[in-house]
Parts: sequence; structure tokens; C-alpha cells
Amino acid sequence: MSAISSTTEAPRRKKLSPRKRAQRIRIVQYAVLVLAVVLAALTIDGRQLQQVFFRPDLVVQTFGPQLGTAFVNTIIYTAGAFVLGLVLGTVLALMKLSQVGPYRWLATIYTEFFRGIPAIIVLLAFSLMGVAFPGFSFPFDPYGTVWVALGMVSAAYMSETIRAGIQAVPKGQIEAARSLGMSPGMSMQRIVLPQAFRIVTPPLTNELVLLTKDSSLVYVLGLFASGYELTKFGRNLANSFANITPLVVAGLCYLVITLPLTYLVRRMETQQRKATR
Amino acid sequence: MTVSQVMPTGNREDEIQIYDLHKSFGDLEVLTGITTTVHRGEVVCVIGPSGSGKSTLLRCVNLLEQPTKGRIFILNEEITDPDADVDHMRTQMGMVFQSFNLFPHLTALQNCSIALVRVLKKDPEEARRIAQENLEKVGLGDRGHSYPAQMSGGQQQRVAIARALSMDPEMMLFDEPTSALDPELVGDVLSVMRDLADGGMTMMVVTHEMAFAREVADRVLFMDGGVIVEEGPPEEVIGNPKEERTRAFLSRVLDPTHVHAGDEDTAYAQRHRTAPDHDGNGKLPPGTGFHSPGGVG
Repeated sequence: MSAISSTTEAPRRKKLSPRKRAQRIRIVQYAVLVLAVVLAALTIDGRQLQQVFFRPDLVVQTFGPQLGTAFVNTIIYTAGAFVLGLVLGTVLALMKLSQVGPYRWLATIYTEFFRGIPAIIVLLAFSLMGVAFPGFSFPFDPYGTVWVALGMVSAAYMSETIRAGIQAVPKGQIEAARSLGMSPGMSMQRIVLPQAFRIVTPPLTNELVLLTKDSSLVYVLGLFASGYELTKFGRNLANSFANITPLVVAGLCYLVITLPLTYLVRRMETQQRKATR
Repeated sequence: MTVSQVMPTGNREDEIQIYDLHKSFGDLEVLTGITTTVHRGEVVCVIGPSGSGKSTLLRCVNLLEQPTKGRIFILNEEITDPDADVDHMRTQMGMVFQSFNLFPHLTALQNCSIALVRVLKKDPEEARRIAQENLEKVGLGDRGHSYPAQMSGGQQQRVAIARALSMDPEMMLFDEPTSALDPELVGDVLSVMRDLADGGMTMMVVTHEMAFAREVADRVLFMDGGVIVEEGPPEEVIGNPKEERTRAFLSRVLDPTHVHAGDEDTAYAQRHRTAPDHDGNGKLPPGTGFHSPGGVG
């Protein structure tokens, strides 16, 4: 049909072949890019930029044992919160799939509540627990406070992910497990959950990356220097130097954590696909 | 005598006893009164058109489907009793599924041994040995460390059979074990099943493989519309069917090239009485079968 009409209607001007058209569009794209780079090079003062964002002497001063402590603290805050969130998130996911109505409602209320309010408020609220309940303090303070606060928030997100993962495991898997005499609990634990976690590894890693960045919220807490994480550390230095450089260094440190993480997961996924698909 | 008064025969030879089994999904009645007994060492093949309830019947036997009404006794113990130890009774019946349902995160050996360790509480070494033995029985002794995804469909189904056999069951249930396989892979699975039958295993097999049923079955059940229409030795039910419905089904299955378009749809609609019967003589107006609004998928 279209072939006929295109030959009968004589084209008024010579049309480009699709290949030539694509070629021209590509040329235009490159031209725009080159133009933008040239303009940027002409207008931006590289020296000034470096003085503001990446002053070498301040970079050197930023590096030191305290940066190491902050780096390790960021990892400790994140890892603890992630483990807690993972355990609590799994429990919540199982509650959401429970036969018992009240468990489902509780889990849903929990999720909606903690997904709906800012993490920083949760963190501040938990940091004031000692004031609200005199004599009360989380174990491993300040780590315990951060773990519980961030863990509870991330559990809300993770529970939804894990629930979806559990439901993505084919029904036949449970039937096969049950037909071998496994109880419902054992089928869940030995057959469904291992497959579910495999399915949700990528989204859970995203959660871990988000959590790494959310650990920066710790900077709102009044902490001793030993409890500083990257953001608090970078901000303090930036204030005292009146320069952004320490914050840029801190930001790059986050990339040191998050980039290998995403790379690692991508590799694990490929290996799993090779093994199981 | 009502079904609630039914007692198991108490005979050790009557391994599966089914009395007046009914099963509905919502308004759809899939099984409407099935009564039969499978004896020790007997191979029973269940045949019939799609939607006739044969898979549902098999799944009711190990309670993967909860019957709406009726009673089932496994080795003279009632599995339909609400207080029955269903998990334990299931260890006595191996089940093989159409879609294999192997555990993809476990190797072939682990697939076969996990229930031995976790359910029967066997020693892991012992379980591994039993698993290896059964993999060898299905001709896959060298594939123990492969994951399901690394095997062909036929191999996966044989691992599934080995997995069920590892529990040392009294009987085996097969739910269309070859329907998801490429034609050239069917033979391996069927030959494993034939060996099992020759070894005296009690088997209930839902299948479309008429040649297999004819050769291996001791008894054939032809199901249609939720009831057993005809049952008997294969040479009678398949070789010389008495019922018109059996004949119609067999002619469609054995010579699918010469079936008129729409015949199966019409037959399907009649079986399920979903299309309105316009002229009242049991014949449907042409075409209603295919477009019948109440058609059951």
C-alpha cells in the first residue's frame, strides 16, 4: 500500500535516503557539541574555578587521618542501617503477605508512614529520645541512633521491593516445594526467599547507594569529632577555610563508595544470569 | 450412603481412593463427582480434552488443590481430613509438573537432596548419595552439578523425576510431564517413566501421549466435563471406545490433520454448556462455539 503510493506520487524535490538523513543529523549533533565546548572554554575562567572548587593546598589539607575516620564512619552508618533495614524490611514484606489481616494493615501503615515523612525528621526524633525518656540511650551511640533511624526508614522502602520480589517467584516453585513435603514456612525460607533476593539484588543495591548518600543527614546531629561522617567533616572544613574544596573532596569520597558498588552488582548479576538462566 | 460415611477399604493395595470428588473454581465446576481407586503397582493414565479437569483431579490427590467436596484416602489415610498431616503424606507421593518447577537456584543434586535433608532429616552425605543414585537412574549421573538453566527441557524434567524419586515415594503423580517439551525430547522422559512402571511403581499420569498410555497404562480414564466418561484397559478405551465423546476426542487427537475447523470449539462449548442452546435440539448454531460469550478460558 505505502510502497505503491510512494512510487505513484512523484516527489517534488529529491528526498534524502534514510542513511544520508541519519548521517546529516549526526553531523549537526557533533557540530552543536563542538560549539558548546568552544564557548565554555572561551567564557569560563579555569583558574578561578579551580580556586573555588579544587584549591590544591586545601585538597592536601583535607586529606588526613580525619578524612579516613569520616570515610569509615560513613560506611559504618550506612552498613548498620542497611542490615537493620534489610532484616526489618523482610519481616515487613512477610507481614504484608500474611494471612493474618492485622499484620498486613500494620505493615502497610508502617510503610506509608515512613515513606511519607522526611528521613531527617526521623533522625532528629531519634536523636532526642534521650531527652524524651531520661536515661534512655541507644547502644553504640551515636551509631545506634543512626542505624535505627535510617534503618527504619529504609526498611519501609525495602519491604515493598522485597514483597515484589517474593511475588515474582513463580507459584510453581511453592507447589514443587510443598509437593516434596515442605511446610509453608520452609518453602518460603529455602525456596522462595533465596530466589526473591536474587531478583531484588539490583533494586536493593540502589537502596544501599541511596542510603550511603542519606547517611549525610547525620550532619544535623550534634556529634563528637570521632562520630563525623564525610558530609559533616567536609562542611566543617569548608566553613573554616571559607572554601568549597573540602566539600568537593567529600563528594568524591562518596563516589569512591557508590561507583564500585554498582559495578560489583552488575558483575554479580551477569554471573547469576550465566548460572541460572 | 453419603460421602461422609465413606470408609477407606483398609486394603494396603488400594493406594489412592477417591470418593465423589467435586471441585469448583468460583462458579466454574471443574470436577463433578469422581470416584476411583488406584491400586498398588498400577499405572493409570488420565486422558481427555483440555479443560476436562484431569490436571485438577491429579492436583487434588496431593491437595495442591483443595477439593470442594468428596474424600481422598492415600494409603488408607484421609488427606482431605482438615487435621491430616498433609506434609507427611505428600512425602509418600512424588509429583512431576508440566513446567518442571525445578529450583533454579540449586544444582541438580541439591534439587534432589534438599527435601531429604530438610524434610526427612537425612544426613547430608546420605542425601547426596541417594540424590546421585536417582540422577543415575534417569541417566543424568554426570549432570549433578549443573543448574537447571544449563540443561535441556528433557533433562530438567528427568531431574524433576529424580527429585521426586529421591523421597522414595509409594506412588508418583505426573501432570502432563511431556507437554512442555520439544517433540524430540519427549522420548527420554517417557522411557524413564516406562522404566518406573516396569519397576512396579504406582503411577497416575495425566497425559496426551496416546501411544504411551496404550503401551504402559494398566487402566485408562477418559475424562470430559468433570466426570470420568469411560475407564478400562487401554486397548478398550483407546483401541475400541464405547462412548461417543471418547471416540470424538480420540479422532481429534490421533488425526488432528482431518478435524474440521471449529469442531473442538463446538465440543468445548457443549461440554461446558456455556453457549445458549438456540434451537433446542442440542446442536449449536455454526460459529457460536468460537465466540460464545461465556467461554471459559
